[in-house]
Amino acid sequence: MEQTAHLTDADVWQALADVHDPEIPALSIVDMGIVTKLDVSAERITVTITPTFVGCPALEMIKQTITERLSEFPVKEVEVRVDYTTPWTTNRLTEQGRAVLRSLGFAPPPRFEGEFEPAILLNASCPHCGSTNTTLRSPFGPALCRAIYLCNDCHQAFEQFKPL
Amino acid sequence: MTADHRAALEDLLFRMADDALIYGHRNSEWTGLAPILEEDIAFSSIAQDKLGHALALYHLLSDLGNPDPDTLAFTRDEQQFRCCHLVELPTQDYAVALMRHALFDYAEQNRYALLEQSTYQPLADLARKVRGEIKYHVFHASTWLRLLGNEGTDESRMRMQAALDMLLPYALGIFEPSPYEQELRSAGIFPGEEELKQRWLEDVVPLLESAGYRLPAIETIEPAYGGRRGYHTEHLQPLIEEMTVVFRIDPDAEW
Repeated sequence: MEQTAHLTDADVWQALADVHDPEIPALSIVDMGIVTKLDVSAERITVTITPTFVGCPALEMIKQTITERLSEFPVKEVEVRVDYTTPWTTNRLTEQGRAVLRSLGFAPPPRFEGEFEPAILLNASCPHCGSTNTTLRSPFGPALCRAIYLCNDCHQAFEQFKPL
Repeated sequence: MTADHRAALEDLLFRMADDALIYGHRNSEWTGLAPILEEDIAFSSIAQDKLGHALALYHLLSDLGNPDPDTLAFTRDEQQFRCCHLVELPTQDYAVALMRHALFDYAEQNRYALLEQSTYQPLADLARKVRGEIKYHVFHASTWLRLLGNEGTDESRMRMQAALDMLLPYALGIFEPSPYEQELRSAGIFPGEEELKQRWLEDVVPLLESAGYRLPAIETIEPAYGGRRGYHTEHLQPLIEEMTVVFRIDPDAEW
């Protein structure tokens, strides 16, 4: 097949979009922005990823899923590297990723310029009713990347992907 | 890198990794037991972050030719650990846990900020990443310092002040000088523990005073040194035994 004879970056990006975050399975690793580098040749594919949080327990599983998915291409070797050369920040989440988060009832992280201040966490819009009258209940949540809020208008609890 | 610089770098990495591992383990002891649900989640999350930092630092040590991270974390003797005494202390009182959290994490925040400039690039890259996470740890700690200080009750102020008085010598022990201070500076790896201590004081003194706590003259306090040379409190050995129990039963277990 011509496609396999000329494996392109675009082919690999498309395949990587099939790899999902085990903690939010609707979100692909491409939408999360954790893929920082791609090296594609006829012989081998090298993917560099960077963790959302250093202690992210999903990392090993993500590495394994990437390897399995990319091994479907007729290359000799697939390598997944992890490094911090390009650190992950929530600004790397794509627009599509933000839409997925909203559809699941998560508030997407606010974008920020330069360095974020944790006080940015105090302002979150309720993903259920859109109100900005919300209270931060805890800067920590059910996963390292999430904070817990209460909406004072619709009285629903919700989570925000916290800026990093 | 010369042999001296390499020894200096490894000593620094062991201090940091062991602090993160032991402090992370102590934080995890609040899982299921913290006074309110949000605090349970906070201490558990911070524990997870710290173990992540320890793992990343042990990886850097492995890359320098040391054994793999699990071997480093779970098979060394007490005397081989380079953590400070502050992180070893057991905490049955939540006031002590919160005060230690503030004293330790302001030091961590400043240490990683200094390391962003390190000439050892893998450490500088990691520091840039870790500092973002520690901002939330410091945010959490400083919030409670205020809520239980000026904005708290007589009882909360009294208990937090007692915790501060008890912990200060241990907190100053974080900055026990390294035998390699000169090598670390000359190689541009790290500007040193004294510089770190000064920066830490510039953060914690105004914070504590504005939250209503009394601070003795810092120079009158004798720091609890020894941890960085392998001399530990009686609390470390039982912690290591508990932390390594699964590994010792079955070193090849996957978990």
